[in-house]
Amino acid sequence: MKKLALALTFASLIPAAHAVEYTQVQPEKSAVTFVYKQMGVAVDGKFKKFSSQLNFDPAKPAAAKATFDVELASVDTGAPEGDQEVAGKPWFNTKAFPTARFVSGSVKALGGNKYEVAGKLTIKGQTQDVVVPATFTAQGNTGVFDGGFTIRRADFTIGEGAWAKFDIVANDVQIKFRITASTK
Amino acid sequence: MTYTKTAKALHWLMAILLFGLLALGFYMHDLPLSPDKLKLYSWHKWAGVTAFLLLTFRLFWRITHRPPALPDSMPKLMQLAAHAGHLVLYGLMIAIPLSGWLMSSAKGFQTVYFGLLPIPDLLDKNKELGDLLALVHKSLNLLFVAVLAGHIGAALKHHFIDKDDILTRMLPKH
Repeated sequence: MKKLALALTFASLIPAAHAVEYTQVQPEKSAVTFVYKQMGVAVDGKFKKFSSQLNFDPAKPAAAKATFDVELASVDTGAPEGDQEVAGKPWFNTKAFPTARFVSGSVKALGGNKYEVAGKLTIKGQTQDVVVPATFTAQGNTGVFDGGFTIRRADFTIGEGAWAKFDIVANDVQIKFRITASTK
Repeated sequence: MTYTKTAKALHWLMAILLFGLLALGFYMHDLPLSPDKLKLYSWHKWAGVTAFLLLTFRLFWRITHRPPALPDSMPKLMQLAAHAGHLVLYGLMIAIPLSGWLMSSAKGFQTVYFGLLPIPDLLDKNKELGDLLALVHKSLNLLFVAVLAGHIGAALKHHFIDKDDILTRMLPKH
């Protein structure tokens, strides 16, 4: 009888494990941050507002999909006058281009909890292909994605005119994210 | 009686550096954000670290080399005031760079000497604390300007009114 109960328990668990799909993004437990270098000094920043749609089943990573919309005016550069400056025309030009968008393409499982997400990143009307390494950690019905990649701000003409040179603000900007999503 | 060559060199080198730092500090902080402003801030921080390093050497030199005594023609109370004034100058030369360093940390902009050598952050990023330390840094500098005015005024009074050697004994060719 015990054996049967155990077998039934397992039988009910296995299909459930395959159907786990993480779709409900929890914004309060998610973050988009970045690090830029200013005359050799690493400075942390973040975006306060963003939204994302996600479909991720660890059993079928190739079918995973993710879309990210970051509200660029919600930028926190670490200094109030920086926030104002970066929203302006030479940087994000948020009036004309309010959001940055990432849309995933192919997702590759690299083994363990590592994945590689190829996708298209659009900022300020310009689209670039990016490859984003990410890890996925599941805890019960909640999963956490952590990842990061580096963009070159000049590829998106972020920082024009007096800012176009890289001697004060470096070209490379490291972007990091954490997305917490639960199953339905 | 005169000062050692080293003491004189440190006095005048720091005089030039500190006047530059004061002028730069008061000038840059009202500028609109631009690459030049960020550059000036970095230079100000590097110059401030340099001033602090010079000061540590100067304190060591001051402790190991007794400066010439004040002339007997000075009343005891004035001698006391002169010593107190110099003590305040040294105190501010210590406190001002420290407040600038702590302010940088609290504001989230680490000080990296010449863009190469990171000076550790003693404080975590904290906006309120950063604003408070900015006020402390500014107030200490206003006090420094006032005490410097007294320092220079006193040196000129010694030279032109008392006609003693207080000013000339600090000059390079004395």
